Amino acid sequence: MIPACPLASLPRGEALRLDVDPPIAVFHTDDGEIFAIDDTCTHQDASLADGWLEGCEVECPLHASRFDLRTGKVDAPPAKRPVRTHEVVVEDDTIYVVPSDAPPNLPPGVTLKGEA
Amino acid sequence: MNTVCVVGASLAGLLTARALRSQGYAGRLVVIGDEPHRPYDRPPLSKDFLKGAIGEADLALEGEDEEPGIEWRLGVAATHLDATARRVTLSDGTSLAADGVVIATGAAARTLPGTEGLAGVHTLRTLDDARALRDDLGTARRLVVIGGGFIGAEVAATARELGLDVTLVESGPAPLAGVIGLTMAQAVADLHEQRGVRLVRGVQVTEVTGTDRADGVRLSDGTHLPADVVVAGIGAVPNIAWLRGSGLELGDGVLCDEGGGASVPGVVAVGDCAAWWDPVRSRHHRIEHWTGARQRAVVAAATLLSGGTARPEPARPAYFWSDQFDVKIQFIGHARDADTVTVEEGDPAGGSFLAVYRQGDRPVAVLGVNQVRLFTRWRRQLETAPVQAG
Repeated sequence: MIPACPLASLPRGEALRLDVDPPIAVFHTDDGEIFAIDDTCTHQDASLADGWLEGCEVECPLHASRFDLRTGKVDAPPAKRPVRTHEVVVEDDTIYVVPSDAPPNLPPGVTLKGEA
Repeated sequence: MNTVCVVGASLAGLLTARALRSQGYAGRLVVIGDEPHRPYDRPPLSKDFLKGAIGEADLALEGEDEEPGIEWRLGVAATHLDATARRVTLSDGTSLAADGVVIATGAAARTLPGTEGLAGVHTLRTLDDARALRDDLGTARRLVVIGGGFIGAEVAATARELGLDVTLVESGPAPLAGVIGLTMAQAVADLHEQRGVRLVRGVQVTEVTGTDRADGVRLSDGTHLPADVVVAGIGAVPNIAWLRGSGLELGDGVLCDEGGGASVPGVVAVGDCAAWWDPVRSRHHRIEHWTGARQRAVVAAATLLSGGTARPEPARPAYFWSDQFDVKIQFIGHARDADTVTVEEGDPAGGSFLAVYRQGDRPVAVLGVNQVRLFTRWRRQLETAPVQAG
């Protein structure tokens, strides 16, 4: 379990990028739910934490593919593969992320630091 | 509606086919494409694909588990349409009658007159074009790019990254000036020059020299630029010649209403070949951007399935991006509508900035250069403000 940040420091509508390998994006939706997904778009190297959060979806800031924060699924090209989703735990007013142990769907040209 | 024929198997055609399915159409769905390839993504052709950073499999637009029930007819071109009968004639001599027709035949790269049959002269629009250019650049030392639009600027940047000696010839005052305005185009021109692209501005190309193979470019001021490879990035023309005599109204593209409906019922057009009515500007015009095709595919599908009674939401302002070197350029809106442009973040000389274009007090366009996060906030503001279409 990775501590992300105090709950109070991530207001609704905002996102946070965790510098783990690969990076994880944590979103606080306007409805008050908190989700964590891989931060890197599966199409090209872009940070989804910089994207456009709307409902339970985030739109990639570069090429506008939308990822469902609940399932990781993508709506339309250019991205084709889903992002991984991670479990979020809120305990003692702190947000924690439990990283998925599935292999990540990184875009071409992006590798894990450990494999670079 | 039992049969829909989509003519064009690139982004606009694929996404309209997919939108028809997601909007409940369950009948026969035929997609015709003149290229032999399944739908692929064109933007990387001038960037990562040309550079060799990604391969052909990475360009595929379809997902692995995709099954929208499409009958593909690839490698055959549509040669004629009888719009009233909704019958499409194909280059293999067959024809197909449909209840609905989607025209998504895109655009073709404009070529330089007089260079037909001259090796080493390229345009870039298709996968086959990109393969040929990539192969040619592999053995070349000097590249001259004619035209400072998106294709020209991106190819120049990619070739420079590949280590070539690159000259970009632009007849106007700066590359991209037509879309992002002169002030900001100057800043982008500086980025190119700092990274070693030689810019030649304000001159015309009079001739590509060479006998069997191009060996240079002659300019209107008499200069001769030696070249091993020449790329012409001088715009695109809509692929509508096959529609002459179809009964459809044509202009600079297939003339459509604001929902994509063409002048004959049961026919819609989408993507680079389609000139939709813009109610804000009171004219038809084409939007040659990726995101335009993506948004309008959904609208065109609804128009076709509803028989033209669906009321489209107002079109979102045009958004596009361009990757040149390590620089991510993003733009939304219309620079031409603006009377002022101000840099609101960063510094053009530093290669990272955001500029806002305003008409009076109202933002009408935003340019981001390596300012992804801030640009997204501005884009959101412009897209949700019910002001300008197109």
